[in-house]
Amino acid sequence: MKLTTMREAIERHVPSGSMVLLGAQLEPMIPFSAGHEIIRQGRRDLTLVGPISDILFDQMIGAGCVARVMAAWVGNVSAGVGYCFRRAAEQSIPRRIEVVDYSNFTLALALHSAAMGAPFMPTYATLGSDLLKKNGNLREFPSPVNEERLVAVRALRPDVAIVHVQRADSEGNAHLWGSLGVAVDGARAARKVIVVAEEIVEPAVIASDPNRTLIPGFLVAAVIHEPWGAHPSPVQGYYGRDHAFFAEYHEETRTLEGFERWLTRWVVRPQSRHEYMSQLGEARAEKLGVKEHAFAAPADFGY
Amino acid sequence: MRFRTPSPSGSRRRETWTDVAVRSETDLAARGFTLSELMIAAAAREINDGELVFVGMRLPMLAFLVARRTHAPAAIGLFENGVIRATPSPELLYTMADPPNLRAATECGQMLDVMGLLQQGRVHVGFLGAAEVDRFGNLNTTWGHRDRELRRLPGSGGACDIACLARRTVVLLVHDRSRLCERVSHITSPGYGSGNGWRRAQGLPDDSGPSAVITTLGVLRFRLDGEAYLASVHPGISVEEVLSNTGWTLRVSDELVETIPPDTEELRVMRELDPNHFWTR
Repeated sequence: MKLTTMREAIERHVPSGSMVLLGAQLEPMIPFSAGHEIIRQGRRDLTLVGPISDILFDQMIGAGCVARVMAAWVGNVSAGVGYCFRRAAEQSIPRRIEVVDYSNFTLALALHSAAMGAPFMPTYATLGSDLLKKNGNLREFPSPVNEERLVAVRALRPDVAIVHVQRADSEGNAHLWGSLGVAVDGARAARKVIVVAEEIVEPAVIASDPNRTLIPGFLVAAVIHEPWGAHPSPVQGYYGRDHAFFAEYHEETRTLEGFERWLTRWVVRPQSRHEYMSQLGEARAEKLGVKEHAFAAPADFGY
Repeated sequence: MRFRTPSPSGSRRRETWTDVAVRSETDLAARGFTLSELMIAAAAREINDGELVFVGMRLPMLAFLVARRTHAPAAIGLFENGVIRATPSPELLYTMADPPNLRAATECGQMLDVMGLLQQGRVHVGFLGAAEVDRFGNLNTTWGHRDRELRRLPGSGGACDIACLARRTVVLLVHDRSRLCERVSHITSPGYGSGNGWRRAQGLPDDSGPSAVITTLGVLRFRLDGEAYLASVHPGISVEEVLSNTGWTLRVSDELVETIPPDTEELRVMRELDPNHFWTR
């Protein structure tokens, strides 16, 4: 039985020192509830991997969980900079972090490479940039088939990928749709996958639309039923993006003290996503809910 | 095309960007449009009909939509998260993956799907923002300088990829001496490097590189040797103002023109898309 609680899944599958892929779909479906549980369990020395991470990476860095970030962009997408990331990178507060800068494409290729079981993937991207000079996982080499120069992007194999999805069955076969980013490769690249689902459905529902099954259950170590687990990021068909929450985070975390207050209020004190949502309040959740459903036309798998 | 190098300005107090901006906003308001609207119209004209466009957020997003609704009805928008979209999102967006941008999109794929199109050379133009741009169009969004202190910025995102691989890139940014600098301290996204033949020497595709830098004061373009020159100044802005707010001795085109203001149709579309002037203040 893979269906478990967030607390158990993090306890079991995300030890200190792990390399963790989060935010694989970019701005939407960021597994905030999983990140918050990692903070509550006091994990340390993590390596965070993700193309852009919005404010989840900023929170985990601020909480002192992180030793290294391998990402293309770290900040607050709609508001600008992430203050915790900046404090850590500039002043080693609360601790020193190593930042390994990728571009979106090269991070995607690093995961794709691991998903393919290949040692690296070639690209022209980052030639001439300082990313290529400073990131040891990007190496220039002469093309073996012509006279060109290429960049070898070394395969990146996270210990665990945490992927938020719309629905899954209890074995972890998962449907996700909308913005996919690097989620499909990310789940295949990682040694273990934790699926966090808005809904747990019967296996027949997943089997009815196999093209939408982007994570097969045999790769999945744990499945968690966590409605609203991605708030304040959006989940297509479930809830919208809480833009104000990102703006408030930006204002409230300018100072270290401000961040600590924010962390106590939204991460340390609520012991579960349920308590977090009670604090957010029904009215705010209601406002974020889907106003008008737009179901896809059914695809006929008959024969 | 020939260029002249202007003589350095006199000893009077240098007008800061803020002074210039406030004055130019007033001038522009009298003309019936805002500075953002002028920049969006300029950006929209960088898109030709039928082109594949790597769309950024904020002003470039509006520029793409204005182009689609006016002179480039067959332009297609690509987003780094894997979304391909021809029609405008039904609502204002804060991020490219906001639910309204995915509903009725042309395709919702993976990041590698759109990055693959980019690497194939199929993407005609990509829009980028930056903290710093230099004389040769190199961009820095990794480590910036504010008040002489080093500031860690968010990083590349997809900007480095677009700068390497799109046929043309268009940069939008605020024009001041710290942002338009002689040489960026960190090349996040390569432009023409140090000039002549640099991109080719790095192994970057021949048919690629910066095409325009649209600032709050004017539009810069690039000579064949990779150096930027002033191609147009915005209405009410003098060449001297541009030069004194640029961190190197900027060359000026002999055929310098005034940036063409947004026409009635472009303004109508912008105001329909952004009725509360959220992006076009």
